[in-house]
This record gives sequence, C-alpha cells and structure tokens, in this order.
Amino acid sequence: MKITRKEVDHVARLARLELTEAEKEIYTGQMDSILAYVDKLNELDTEGVLPTSHAVPMENAFREDEAVSSIGTDNALLNAPDRSDSFFRVPQVIE
Amino acid sequence: MQLYELTIHELHAKLKTGEVSSVEATRSILDRIDAVEDKVHAFITITPEEAMQNAAAADKRIAAGEMDILTGIPVALKDIFLTSGIRTTSASRILGNFIPPYDATVVAKLRERGIVLIGKLNQDEFAMGSSTESSYFGVTRNPWNADHIPGGSSGGSAACIAARQATTTLGTDTGGSIRQPAAHCGCVGLKPTYGRVSRYGVIAYASSLDQVGPITRDVTDCAIMLGAIAGHDPKDSTSVELPVPDYTQTLANGVKGLRIGLPREYFIEGLDPEVKKAMDEAIATYKGLGAEFVEISLPHTDYAVATYYLIATAEASSNLARYDGVRFGYRNSDAKGLLDMYMLSRDEGFGAEVKRRIMIGTYALSSGYYDAYYLKAQKVRTLIMEDFTRAFGKVDLILTPVTPTPAFRIGEKTSDPLQMYLSDIFTIPVNLAGTCGMSIPAGFSSEGLPIGLQLIGSPFGEETLLRAAYAFEQNTLWHKRKAKI
Repeated sequence: MKITRKEVDHVARLARLELTEAEKEIYTGQMDSILAYVDKLNELDTEGVLPTSHAVPMENAFREDEAVSSIGTDNALLNAPDRSDSFFRVPQVIE
Repeated sequence: MQLYELTIHELHAKLKTGEVSSVEATRSILDRIDAVEDKVHAFITITPEEAMQNAAAADKRIAAGEMDILTGIPVALKDIFLTSGIRTTSASRILGNFIPPYDATVVAKLRERGIVLIGKLNQDEFAMGSSTESSYFGVTRNPWNADHIPGGSSGGSAACIAARQATTTLGTDTGGSIRQPAAHCGCVGLKPTYGRVSRYGVIAYASSLDQVGPITRDVTDCAIMLGAIAGHDPKDSTSVELPVPDYTQTLANGVKGLRIGLPREYFIEGLDPEVKKAMDEAIATYKGLGAEFVEISLPHTDYAVATYYLIATAEASSNLARYDGVRFGYRNSDAKGLLDMYMLSRDEGFGAEVKRRIMIGTYALSSGYYDAYYLKAQKVRTLIMEDFTRAFGKVDLILTPVTPTPAFRIGEKTSDPLQMYLSDIFTIPVNLAGTCGMSIPAGFSSEGLPIGLQLIGSPFGEETLLRAAYAFEQNTLWHKRKAKI
C-alpha cells in the first residue's frame, strides 16, 4: 500500500475537506493506485537535474508604483456569503 | 447557408458590406441554440438580452465606420473566464452564484473590439477532467454522436462550435483541455505558448500550465482570435512582452521546405488503427505540399502523465485553498466554528474529481513527501522540456495524434480516474514544456467520430503552427463536414 486510510484522514484535514466515510474509502483506493502509477518517475535518475517551476525564462516583473483605482468595497463584498457593514462576517473564531 | 453556420471571416465580410446586421446574425445563433441545446447542453448560462444589446451596439459601430474584424461577431466563452456582472462558475457548485465584479483581460480585449457575448460554456469542474462529465451542471454531449463525450475540459466550447451555437469560442488548456475536445468535436483548437496570453481573470487550476486559447471553425478564425487575445498584460506578470504579429498575414506562406518531426514515442502500439491511418494520410498530404519528415525521439514522453498529475494537483491544491466560504462562493451556514465552516463548505462545494485532485496535491506537497513527489516531478519536467528543446534543434514542427482514440463513451472512464488521466498522454507534454500546440480536423472514424491531428511548435512559434495548419486545411475537406444534429 502506498497510502493508508489514516494518512487519507490526515491529508483531508490538511486540505480542509470534511470527507464522508464513503469518500475516504474511495479515495484511499484511488490515491493508492495513482501514487503507485506516479512511482514510475523513480525509474529516472534526476541526480543533478534542476527543478522547473516555470516553463518560460523570467526575471522579476517590476512596474512603477502608481496608485490605480480598485473595485471598491461594495463590489468586493458583492459575493460575500455573509456581511456586516463593510466587513465579511464569519462564525465565531475564538471559543 | 444559415447565418449561424458562418465563420468569423465569412460573417465579417457580410457585416462589412451591410448585407446582414449583427442583430440578424445574433438572432440566428440564438435560434440555433433554442433548436439544438437540449441535445448538446453546451452552455451553463445563455445571455440572450446581453447578446441583443451587444449586437445593436455593434451595428451602430459598424454604421459609424468603426468596424473591427470581431465587431458584431457572436462569441461564447468557457465559464472559466470572469465576465463582469454575468455569473461565472467554473462548473462548480462552490461558485454556483458567483457574479464577478470585473472582466478577465481576454474578455475585456474582445469586448473592446465589439463582440456579441452569447453565453458561458460548460466544462469540467475547475477544468479538471477530459470529458466534461465532472461539471456540476451536467454533462455535455458530443454533437457528432450524443452517446460520446465531447472531450474536456473545454467540452462545452468544442461542442458549441461543432453544433454551430456560436461563431467562435475561447477555452483553456492545462493538459490538453483545448486540443483534446477540439479533436473530439472536429474543431480547430490552439494552446498558445505559456505567457503568450494573459491569465488575469481566468479561474486558476494549475498556474504554471494554464493557458488561454481559441476553439474555432477553421484555421483563419483561429489566427484572428489568437491575434485578438495575445500580448503582454501588466496584470499578469507571467505574460510575455513580445510583439503580437498579425497571424492572418502569414497563413498562406505554405509548408515547402518545412521540417516536421515524427516522435517515435507517439506512434505506439496502443494507437487506434483509424487514428494511425489518419496520421499516415496527413503525412502524405504534407509531403505532397513539400514538407520534409524526420523521425525524432522525445524519450521522456512516457513519464509526462505522472509528472503532470503531481505538478497540476499540487498547484491546484494551493490555488483552490481560496474557496473557504468567507469572501465569495458557497458556505455551509450551519457550521459551528470557523474550521468547521471551511471543511463543510469545501466538502459540499467541490465535486468528486476536484476533491480527488486536491487530496493528491496536498499529499504531494505535505511534509515528508514533498521531495519524493513534487520536487521529483519538477525535475522530470526539466527532462521533458529538454526533449523538446533538442527536437526543435532539428525540426520546425512536430506532428502527432491529439488522442490515442476518438471520443470515448459517456460514463466509460468515470469510475477509473487513472484511465481517464492516461487519455491525455499526447497533449500533456506540451503544457509541461510550455510550448504551443494545435489540433486540426484530420479525418473520421468508421463510426463517424472526428479524429484530430496535433501540430506542436517551438516556443512562440504560433505563426509557423498556424501556417502549417492552414496549408493542411486548404488541401483537405475535413473541416467542411458538419455534425448532423
């Protein structure tokens, strides 16, 4: 086994997903076969190979620090599931 | 010929002389949608009122002599592009009611030129899929055969073009999501070089691989659309500051003397015999036009799918962390505390494939596994890029199939994600290498399903790509065949 049910519980917690028992069962099997498949990368010797995080060579993209107009508070709050005045409202954070 | 059947350049010619108005063309498209949408389900949202207003405005602009090639042209967009004031969902429940407060850069560019926005197209949820079956809004059917998938993730875009429900469309391509559906629906699709087109306002899946491109009726339309959307955008620091050529100017330059590589790793045993036959015929066509063929090797091809499913899922798990039920999107309102709200909102808001990819990506990035999976995949990505760099030292273009088989059946691969992932084997390497690729119609299976030919160009080699695609199109009749729907 590449991944255990216990590890799936842990990863779901990290990913902030409240998976159902049935989902965890399915994902354990599927992730196991996917991880077994990607193991084929270990056939390759990558000693000394630099990792690629970006396909096109780039340097820092600088621009002038000029103020531009933003979308504004009302627009920013347009899709808020819950709001109060000009704030996003969330459930109690500190118990 | 009905107005809904016309390409951009054909409709433009009629709008220019005043033979037809944009209002008439738009009405024709909306009527066509009414007639066939039940069978196809290409759209998530149709915007008839917006479309008729856009069309009236375009007609005024045309009357005032301020016309552009895209003025008055009916366009539909994958639902991954933010459209100010028009619901944008990325086919997810979690964005089911999301109304963007601004336009994606590519949308703003098209609007400036006076397009008519017809609606927003179906796709796999967050562009994660190869069949448009993972959409929260239901499956899209292939206009050539309703029992088959249209491909994905831009399945709505390709189906919409094949069913003649918009004059032109845009899609996005992270591992083949423009080229594969274009091939399955008999359309032209182009994935530009990474950085050629701005990603600002495009809902992110895997940021180092995502790229925007057109899905169109023919190669000329593809060249027009690429010219309209390409270019540097200060709002996307990964977009590249290179001049944008008029891609239509060089289309007719031919392929005489062009060196085309055939990678032996793409002509493998599992290749469908009818796909193989279409490739052989295409090679013969190109030889007849004066192109030279060279056998090449892309030795790390077999590792591309594994590399992709680590890099793309890792980036996705990070990108999709923003859907937390706080600022926008779905929230479970019964949750007791903040953590509970995150976890329940995300579990209920995301579909099965998205959660699977978030789980794989989170695992690949997690402490203790990062080096073994994510870093290893980034190193193999380097080897795959080097394969292409070496190949383009010898050839101008690479020719391959787009997919190993024509479109599979709806439901055929939904229970086995790995089999679904492997269907993208010929398109994924292009995204990892960051270069450009294109799908053009190259035949039909005995069942009447379209077969696509992939041309791969060197980085920022879109002119050569389009020129070779145009030469093929002018010497074949595949793109003239219409889906009977």
